[in-house]
Amino acid sequence: MNAMAVPIANYVGLSAVIFFIGLAGVVVRRNPLIMLMSIELMFNAANLLFAAFARAWLHNAGHIFVFLVITVAAAEAAIGLAIVVTVFRTAKTVDVDDVALMKG
Amino acid sequence: MIAFYVLAVVMLASAVWCVTAKKPVYSVVALLLHFTALAATYLTLNAEFLAVIQLIVYSGAILVLFLFVIALLSSGVAPFAAGPNKLPRIAYPLGLFGLIGLGFLTWALARTAIVTPAVSPNASPLGPVGTAGVFGSVGDFGTALFTANLLPFEITALILMVAVIGVVLLAGDQTPYSPTKRRADDVRREMREAILRGGDQ
Repeated sequence: MNAMAVPIANYVGLSAVIFFIGLAGVVVRRNPLIMLMSIELMFNAANLLFAAFARAWLHNAGHIFVFLVITVAAAEAAIGLAIVVTVFRTAKTVDVDDVALMKG
Repeated sequence: MIAFYVLAVVMLASAVWCVTAKKPVYSVVALLLHFTALAATYLTLNAEFLAVIQLIVYSGAILVLFLFVIALLSSGVAPFAAGPNKLPRIAYPLGLFGLIGLGFLTWALARTAIVTPAVSPNASPLGPVGTAGVFGSVGDFGTALFTANLLPFEITALILMVAVIGVVLLAGDQTPYSPTKRRADDVRREMREAILRGGDQ
């Protein structure tokens, strides 16, 4: 099957829409876990674009970059979840609006 | 062609579900669906290795980590399971702003001519697509990763180590440090005393 029967613009559009869904999740939701998952959505939208353009140019630098992004995303998820656990231990809440320890 | 549109619909629907779900557990399930569809999309893009690590790292490791944290936080206090549910007033102008941004992006994308080289897959310098040792295969990826991109790969290892140290510092054992042998002796003495007390716990 010739995968490039799908024009690259479709991948760009799909990636943009998923990125905006993730952005809306980060901005609107107040649950830190769902905010972290929305960040993962945005990472994956970018990854999809890298893979699509790597296929279009038949060059695997895009694949390498996706690999690096996945690594950074894993580190980010681990640190973020550790922060959520720590905040929950001290503040006894997970609503990010109620956690205002550093508010000036 | 058909596969792309089916997978795109699945990815969009699961992304919306993930963001709008009331309970975080449902979000994790939606995200799992999203990542699986994305891995299938990688397969249609000849990115075999990416599809595999997408499933192993994201679906296998990160989502299970999310599930563990949800289970951990839900165990003690009841209200967390439902999750904070109120939508702040500012969400509506922000949503409008996001829609305007999305419309602008769509308009800009429609106007932009995206340049890609006129490569026919079968005439690529890497050989015919889909057979072993050519574009997107594990061998091709590994060769690129360990020759031209060795330094980024090493930095990746450093990032992971920093993350591990950070997680242990943030969420690890909170008791003050004591030498290992003494702490082991303390634990042993406590167990002995507990047994002598008569096993009432």
